[in-house]
Amino acid sequence: MTTYLIKGASIVGAEPTDLLIRDGVVAAVGRDAAAPGAEVIDADGLIALPGLVDLHTHLREPGREDAETVMSGSRAAALGGYTAVCAMANTDPVADTAGVVEQVWRLGQAAGLVDVRPVGAVTVGLAGERLAELGAMATSAAAVRIFSDDGHCVSDPRLMRRALEYVKAFDGVIAQHAEEPRLTVGAQLHEGELSGRLGLAGWPAVAEEAIIARDALLAGHVGSRLHICHVSTAGSVEIIRGAKRAGIRITAEVTPHHLLLTDARAESYDPVFKVNPPLRTDTDVAALRAGLAEGVIDAVATDHAPHAVEDKECEWQYARPGMLGLETALSIVMSTKSLSWDGIAERMSRVPARIAGLDGHGRDPAPGVPANLTLVDPAATWVVEPAELASLSRNTPYAGMELPGRVMATFLAGRPTVLDGKATK
Amino acid sequence: MTNLEQSPDRGGITGHLLSAADLDAAAATQVLDTAAELAALSDRSVKKLPTLRGRTVVNLFYEDSTRTRISFEAAAKRLSADVINFSVKGSSVSKGESLKDTALTLQAMGADAVVIRHAASGAPHRLARWVDGSVVNAGDGTHEHPTQALLDAYTMRSRLGRLSGLTVAIVGDVLHSRVARSNALLLNTLGADVTLVGPPTLLPVGVDSWPVKTSYDLDAVLPTVDVVMALRVQRERMEDSFFPSAREYARRYGLDAARLRKLPEHAIVMHPGPMNRGMEIAPDVADSPRSTIVEQVANGVSVRMAVLYLLLGGQV
Amino acid sequence: MAYPSSVEQTDSGGAAGTGRLAAKVVVNGADLARIVDRIAHQILEKTDGARDCVLLGIPTRGVPLARRLAARIEAFEGFLPPAGALDVTLYRDDLRLRGARAVGHTDLPPAGIDGKQVILVDDVLFSGRTVRAALDALKDLGRPRLVQLAVLVDRGHRELPIRADYVGKNIPTSLVENVRVRLTETDGSDEVRLEDQVGGAA
Ligand SMILES: [Zn+2]
Repeated sequence: MTTYLIKGASIVGAEPTDLLIRDGVVAAVGRDAAAPGAEVIDADGLIALPGLVDLHTHLREPGREDAETVMSGSRAAALGGYTAVCAMANTDPVADTAGVVEQVWRLGQAAGLVDVRPVGAVTVGLAGERLAELGAMATSAAAVRIFSDDGHCVSDPRLMRRALEYVKAFDGVIAQHAEEPRLTVGAQLHEGELSGRLGLAGWPAVAEEAIIARDALLAGHVGSRLHICHVSTAGSVEIIRGAKRAGIRITAEVTPHHLLLTDARAESYDPVFKVNPPLRTDTDVAALRAGLAEGVIDAVATDHAPHAVEDKECEWQYARPGMLGLETALSIVMSTKSLSWDGIAERMSRVPARIAGLDGHGRDPAPGVPANLTLVDPAATWVVEPAELASLSRNTPYAGMELPGRVMATFLAGRPTVLDGKATK
Repeated sequence: MTNLEQSPDRGGITGHLLSAADLDAAAATQVLDTAAELAALSDRSVKKLPTLRGRTVVNLFYEDSTRTRISFEAAAKRLSADVINFSVKGSSVSKGESLKDTALTLQAMGADAVVIRHAASGAPHRLARWVDGSVVNAGDGTHEHPTQALLDAYTMRSRLGRLSGLTVAIVGDVLHSRVARSNALLLNTLGADVTLVGPPTLLPVGVDSWPVKTSYDLDAVLPTVDVVMALRVQRERMEDSFFPSAREYARRYGLDAARLRKLPEHAIVMHPGPMNRGMEIAPDVADSPRSTIVEQVANGVSVRMAVLYLLLGGQV
Repeated sequence: MAYPSSVEQTDSGGAAGTGRLAAKVVVNGADLARIVDRIAHQILEKTDGARDCVLLGIPTRGVPLARRLAARIEAFEGFLPPAGALDVTLYRDDLRLRGARAVGHTDLPPAGIDGKQVILVDDVLFSGRTVRAALDALKDLGRPRLVQLAVLVDRGHRELPIRADYVGKNIPTSLVENVRVRLTETDGSDEVRLEDQVGGAA
């Protein structure tokens, strides 16, 4: 295993120093760190962050390998600075058994570019009717800790209560896609002035907020952990703030696109801007940024959702919802200027690693810590060119935008997955 | 005011007609004036004009709407355009060829204009990105139907002599109505005052940002209007609890003889068709002399001729 | 409604206003009145007293000219021949080149044109394409016994085998010149000017 000496990196914004990476861990930190035969990486001006951790990734394998595979998604993740991703369960077949989650986990191991941690489905087939074998998934080789029907809301309150209770046995967490389905029948776009004008069925904020409020109360009642996926409204931020004050064990994530874009993008009817939950308003964006900075929202998660061309190059209402996110997340968060380097490390690595129960991730580079880290050039800018992304899909909403920050290198357990801004495989 | 004769490439209606918002007052008035001249010509024995000879107009209909298709077809043929009808059955679920692939086919055929009717809001906007010819929105989902608004405005102007200062009530399922959206935009552009009337469930969220007034009380509005337009209400809305029953809807928002008497002497009654007689409009109201429903159909051809002429007349 | 400038409406072509070097009045108000009188007399001579005559002006300036001719005929003979307007926009063969134009008004006398002697009236005769369009339009409106053409100015440069039966004034022009006709009804005064234009497109 090659030894690397990273010279002149600023660890989470601190004074530049050198890092020695050997045998999968950070062996030494400091200007005197050295080892004979080490490969030197000039990191002058670069920021070293703990490897990013994504709580919410759709890798599409098995089932839609034309849109993404574990391999292509892993490459996209590494290029985005990630060392761990939680792969959502809405594959085909659904990841609702130990067999499927182990398959995904093994594909991740084989790809070797990022720790792929499968998320298990809460209910069989994501149908929202009866619990999947959560314990079997937890004790499988994949060691599932996060369970989610993402894409669908676990809308039956009794079933949700049971799920919250049941996973306590193995320290699991239910990640809820908060969407009251009866309020979003046929919904296409944030319900507001624009949806009315464009004649697109509205997705009201209350459909998200009502479920978050309900589930927070349920989690409090049964003393369970609850995680809220892709919070998108100002009202949700308020409810989560209140729930945390009340001592409820609730965590929440926000996507980069909800931190940057608004429903105004839908004016063109270009479905690249169609996503679930939908892009909201300026007020919501401001509240989400503030909530993230404050810690009411615990983490940034990409909701990376690759889609084949034919699922996006069509009419808005026939298009599938979702956007690419892994390769742009860090740059988008940087562009919002709402977080310091420490804030970025906290919301994109340390806290999500904690929520997912990933001990080897989310730790700032220090002697003895597993070498999962990424080096970012904060001064570089780049223009998003969909065809140049590593994802098999092209549905980025940021095409043509010039973004700040470029991931120059990523290390997974001491091995480089990205060097000189390029994936190592 | 736009003067097309002096500067043919400035102002007026250019490119596509996707939304009533594409038309400013000058362009909208030009369409109506042109339609009036074309209507006069259609009274004569030779109905065909050579104007669009050699041009191809495709009617691309993803929804059954015989009336609209025939209206566009007649309009194109009276201007001597070659007309190709392209009906696509089925919905998103059973989708065969994609809209984009169809667009590329039409592009290869050299369509100068594509008239599109589609169940999905915004489909004409998508199409306009994929073809070089002019795209005319003949009704997209619950979004817009700009030529219907133009023919409604034309009908109002020919009955009442003006549009500026008219008070127009549009009654019913505004939420799902492309006719209401296009009319609200166009009538506002042309200086009319629009009031949208309906149960609160059928007025869109955010309607307060539209350039219109709203009311839940039809009877209070009627004495003040010059035009009352009843929108088609689909019975399936009942199942979705937008209102309790057809009977209650008719009682609160249907245009019946008693309500007709509340209108000022000169006021007219309009309906974009097809009607649910006994629901949003009573049979005796639909057939009354105040009703413009039959003229609306005839005016539709003239207005669509004007739109095609102005879009294609100058296109190289 | 505002009347457009004569330049686009007539056969003289070219955009007005840019790089103009000089303008020369070639027909003044008094000349124009004499020309209209003379054409009215010629029409009376050549149409057997203007019986069954219909004067159809081509918008914009042909229309007031047709009305003036009818009024002068009335002054000379004591009866007013019917006058109307024939818009040819929808029959033009140059729409693709010059953009969609506002459609003008067609206004036929109540008795129509079947069996009548129709005299088309326009301000300037140039390429002849407007007159060709007028003949096409006429054909769709009825069947006149004969059709004649009266123009205030013939500036030459014909592109079609068309000639006028009545010409107010022949003004030989180059293609870089514009003939601008002004009439009181549309422009506030009577006058014909010849204008030079740098690089004037025809
Ligand atoms: Zn989701």
